[in-house]
Amino acid sequence: MAENVKPRVRVPKTASRDEVITIKTLISHPMESGQRKDKDGKVIPRSIINRFTAEFNGQMVLDARLEPAISTNPYLEFDARVPETGEFKFTWYDDDGSVYEDAHKVEVS
Amino acid sequence: MLISRRGVLAAGAGLAGLAMLPVAVRAQDAAAAAPAQTADEMIAEFTGGAQVAEGDGVKLTAPEIAENGNTVPISVEAPGAAEILLIATQNPTPGVARFSFGPLAASQDAATRIRLAKTQDIVAIAKLADGSFVRTAANVKVTIGGCGG
Repeated sequence: MAENVKPRVRVPKTASRDEVITIKTLISHPMESGQRKDKDGKVIPRSIINRFTAEFNGQMVLDARLEPAISTNPYLEFDARVPETGEFKFTWYDDDGSVYEDAHKVEVS
Repeated sequence: MLISRRGVLAAGAGLAGLAMLPVAVRAQDAAAAAPAQTADEMIAEFTGGAQVAEGDGVKLTAPEIAENGNTVPISVEAPGAAEILLIATQNPTPGVARFSFGPLAASQDAATRIRLAKTQDIVAIAKLADGSFVRTAANVKVTIGGCGG
């Protein structure tokens, strides 16, 4: 069970129409790979973020399937195009069924 | 009794086989607990058996030497691609990530940080807009492996 999961996203507040903006996202999460063992030699069960999506006004930007090979505190950087003023919605899906969300508005001038 | 060289070798091989047995059984248990696809299986599933061209169209940026296998920065880029599959061939679970780009992705470019268990090739396969596949690989030397133990 992951605790203190906190998404952090960097998105510019303003952009011009169809500008390409770089988005950086990070979520604090142990990404337990299921390969490690505890002191008694028992395997610590896998617990990771297995999917991340970024949408802008309901349109998909990036849909990433993540595996245990992604490092602790999974970080993703990618580019998006903003055709109009709107909102980015970021969603992380945890193995335990939890869903973490974050949203950022972008003003297009 | 005459002891032939061949006989000794065969007996030795048998013993070695016996010694390996418990290890093999344990490995099977682990595989049953967490069915991990091999790199080849993952590639076959991604491409559907289609031919994969080498080289142009997909670019993988990774450090030549990673001191800490727990967090290796990589980025992958494939202009016009619909999807990119990333595989670490020598990890206990070879899958790394699969990126699907939507209509608002400005470039088919993503960067992240990954774990590498040991020195190995990372493979990136991109599915291009016309449905064809291209692949590229990068070798990363890992000083300290990043999968715990």
